[in-house]
Amino acid sequence: MDTSTSTRRRRSGRASLKSGGIALLAWAAALVFFFPVLWMFVTGFKQEAQAATDPPTFVFAPTLDQFEAILGRDFTPFLLNSLMASIGSTLLVIVLALPAAYALSLRPIPGWKDSLFFFISTRFMPPAAIILPLYIIANNAGVLDNVTMLSLIYTAMNLPIAVWMIRSFLLEVPTAVLEAAKVDGAGFFTELRRIILPMIAPGLAATALICFIFAWNEFFFAVSLTSTRAATVPVFLTGFITSEGLFLARLSAAATMAAFPVILAGWIAQKWLVRGLTMGAVK
Amino acid sequence: MTATETPAAALRRRGPGAPAKPPLAERWSRRGPLLPALLVVVVLTQLPFVATLYYSFQDRNLLRPDETSFAGFGNYAEVLGDAAFRGAVLNTVFLTAAVVLASIVLAIALAVLLDQKFLGRNVVRTLLITPFLVMPAAAALIWKHAVFNPLFGTLNWALSPFGVEKVDWVSEHPMFSLVLMLVWQWTPFMMLIVLAGLQSQDTEILEAARVDGAGPFTIFARITFPQLRRFIELAILLGSIFIVQTFDPIYLVTQGGPGQATTNLPYFIYQRTFRAFEVGEAAAAGVVVVIATIAIATFALRLFASMFREER
Repeated sequence: MDTSTSTRRRRSGRASLKSGGIALLAWAAALVFFFPVLWMFVTGFKQEAQAATDPPTFVFAPTLDQFEAILGRDFTPFLLNSLMASIGSTLLVIVLALPAAYALSLRPIPGWKDSLFFFISTRFMPPAAIILPLYIIANNAGVLDNVTMLSLIYTAMNLPIAVWMIRSFLLEVPTAVLEAAKVDGAGFFTELRRIILPMIAPGLAATALICFIFAWNEFFFAVSLTSTRAATVPVFLTGFITSEGLFLARLSAAATMAAFPVILAGWIAQKWLVRGLTMGAVK
Repeated sequence: MTATETPAAALRRRGPGAPAKPPLAERWSRRGPLLPALLVVVVLTQLPFVATLYYSFQDRNLLRPDETSFAGFGNYAEVLGDAAFRGAVLNTVFLTAAVVLASIVLAIALAVLLDQKFLGRNVVRTLLITPFLVMPAAAALIWKHAVFNPLFGTLNWALSPFGVEKVDWVSEHPMFSLVLMLVWQWTPFMMLIVLAGLQSQDTEILEAARVDGAGPFTIFARITFPQLRRFIELAILLGSIFIVQTFDPIYLVTQGGPGQATTNLPYFIYQRTFRAFEVGEAAAAGVVVVIATIAIATFALRLFASMFREER
């Protein structure tokens, strides 16, 4: 064995040791961060007596009792309200944001930059600073505790993100393709339907998922503006604030059902998550 | 101007040799697509704030709507002189600063780890971002009852090998409990941004530095960090803006207590509005929050503008 191979071997040995250390550290961190989520999921399948033990119970016979109890406890209306508010607002957001993003990117209006920055600054408006007028106006207009009202608020909340995100996808459409369409005499709607939409479809789906995540998880507006008819899933969870009696397994089952749709959406949209969270600024 | 022109080209054309403005009708037809979105945002976020400004100068209680009167700066004087409000300001500043600092440090460390190649990297990444996806209200209650519980909480169980006695986290260390939970929730958000920054590095430059004999720490300090700075700043600014608005865990875990120990500004406003019905004072506090947010947001917008310039 000549010296060069042995050095190479030593080096690769050191490298694999290093990468093993990195893997170990990263996996440890991942398990620490994921543990509360895992625990929530696992506890939902326990009997109450197994949920509250010291030390924690790891081995048990899983049961669906808690999920059945939650579904039997009028969970469904909350679920339906959440679905309506998130899906409704997401659809509206896309319908409104796509033309707006178009007017701010591919066919920019004069002053498009100001409009773009105006959108983003509205996203920074603290909800606490506008909740009072929204409450009073909704009360006077008779739309307090109303899913449509909640959807509209979520639409306004997510529009800036959607406009910025969709704009960033539109800018990735190659100019040459659009020019070719122009030469072929394609009108605006043909251009939109035949060329732009197919090309940015994954981007639109990602934007929709991000908007869905924010709307589904929203709590402040929901708890302030709804009570019985339009209350969403996070409002249902407020029933678990105080800890009377044995309820941890039931809470975990409810929390699992509440969190599941968005965890799934987030995992699917993972690749685009950072773009959504930074409004298209980071890709 | 054709529809295919890029904004950059449009900008360039607005120079000295720019053509005359298109006719009014055409300008409006081009603005048309923008207007519905603009309208929704203005009506639902900007006009309500104008109303908040108006209410902040009124002496008004939702329970006694007939006794409304003009208050001048009375509400501001009252709010600023209120020890509970000042406490809420301090709590907000402390909570935001502690969470942002701890999260960004952890986020940078985790992003550096995830930037390496190792077995199961994608799974690790997926697991690490999950805390940010869990519905904050659900997460808050799980932390409160399953993690922080003094008798059978997993935190005490995890600490028991280190000789830590049973601690009632939420009652004894309410602020620490909130910070811990929020760091768990916000680290993934910041990590994703920092990781995107790391992955946008030019590998050739890194390779050249390595060939020139630079060690990993020199490379990080001299090349990676300066380039990463913008991403770190963005993570800190966006994180700050959203963490100032923290409401869910305070409502669900501590109810602002014990006493006023964990009442931050959003929770203070919520209580003044929906528990005391003091419209004027709540509005004045809301205006103060907006002023504070604008202070942070100005820096954020400046950063956006600079990233924007480079993108063109």
